[in-house]
Amino acid sequence: MNVIEADGEALLAALRKLLADKNLVTQAEVAERMAATDNASPGQGAKMVARAWTDVEYKALMLEDGTKAAEAMHIPMRGMPPLGVLENTDAVHNLVVCTLCSCYPRAVLGYPPFWYKSAAYRARAVRDPRGLLAEFRTTLPETVKIHVVDSTADYRWMVLPQRPAGTEDWSVEQLAAIVREGDMVGVTIPSI
Amino acid sequence: MRFSSGDTVMVRDDWPEARGPVHIRTPHYLRGHKGRILRYLGHYPNPEDLAFARPAAERSLYHVAFAMQELWPDGGKDDEVIVEIYEHWLDQP
Amino acid sequence: MAHYTKRSPHDLGGVAKFMCEAVDIEPHALTAFDREVDALSGVLRAKQMMTVDEMRRGIEAIPEAEYHRLSYYRRWIRSVADNLLRKGIITEAELRTALEET
Repeated sequence: MNVIEADGEALLAALRKLLADKNLVTQAEVAERMAATDNASPGQGAKMVARAWTDVEYKALMLEDGTKAAEAMHIPMRGMPPLGVLENTDAVHNLVVCTLCSCYPRAVLGYPPFWYKSAAYRARAVRDPRGLLAEFRTTLPETVKIHVVDSTADYRWMVLPQRPAGTEDWSVEQLAAIVREGDMVGVTIPSI
Repeated sequence: MRFSSGDTVMVRDDWPEARGPVHIRTPHYLRGHKGRILRYLGHYPNPEDLAFARPAAERSLYHVAFAMQELWPDGGKDDEVIVEIYEHWLDQP
Repeated sequence: MAHYTKRSPHDLGGVAKFMCEAVDIEPHALTAFDREVDALSGVLRAKQMMTVDEMRRGIEAIPEAEYHRLSYYRRWIRSVADNLLRKGIITEAELRTALEET
């Protein structure tokens, strides 16, 4: 059997030991990395969205340069791929996918959801976006165009959803609380 | 930077994966299809070479829009697929 | 669209056999294995022992049936092992021995 065909858990244990024995990667380094990754979560993206909804200049920055907009919220972006932000409007709804693997704006949203990485999502998004959105119980008016953004290269994309009606005098904290992970991928729309 | 926003472009109908081990970031469903340049996204080292630890020249990257109806027989009427494509995969029509 | 048969197994956009497959929208928490593979890959990339492009290439080299059978992070760890071997960072003999010992 080709050695790389060994069971995944066995491979991980073997590599962990080998890399530690050779002083190439320590368990402390792996643990530190895990802790840093845990700091990123959809809540960060939600705060960016809430601020864009209440601050016209910040929204303009977000659409112009997503990376700078993330840094303005103290989200570490050094060494991270450039962040692109896609604005949903009355005319256009954006949906993000990576058909080739699972590229995701991890720096601002954290780990990608299970469904985002699935073959069904990756296959269907670019060909039947409305059918896919129906899986998430999302229906768009026929008049809305869908732009499916396939992340194939160096950018990572998030959606800036539309602010729901009825939130006119809400605080940024209240607004951020209604923005879910799926809203920033484009499979759902924020509602109150 | 060969292309400008609004230019019509054709994605090469080329299949390097049929000729040997490769790493291609131009999805199969776009090959041979017509799109429209939205904007230039910058230049980056070619992932096709990075994947094999070969020296990688920087290539221009574009955001390119494709009508769904152009791509699929059952494609949505006004919907689009927007993809990052490297310049060396694009030709003038 | 006969020429689409030349696509690589990982190149899934619009592939007919998945168009009727339901999407599992449940959250599915990451396991300890998942998180450690993710972190290990990140550390290897930060130390420039492997690039994201090399890791993708390794995943894309997995034969089609295996690609779909393996869970997401099992594809990752297989690619990590493949790349470390290719670059001579570890040898096959070392890996076989470590597999026996752990």
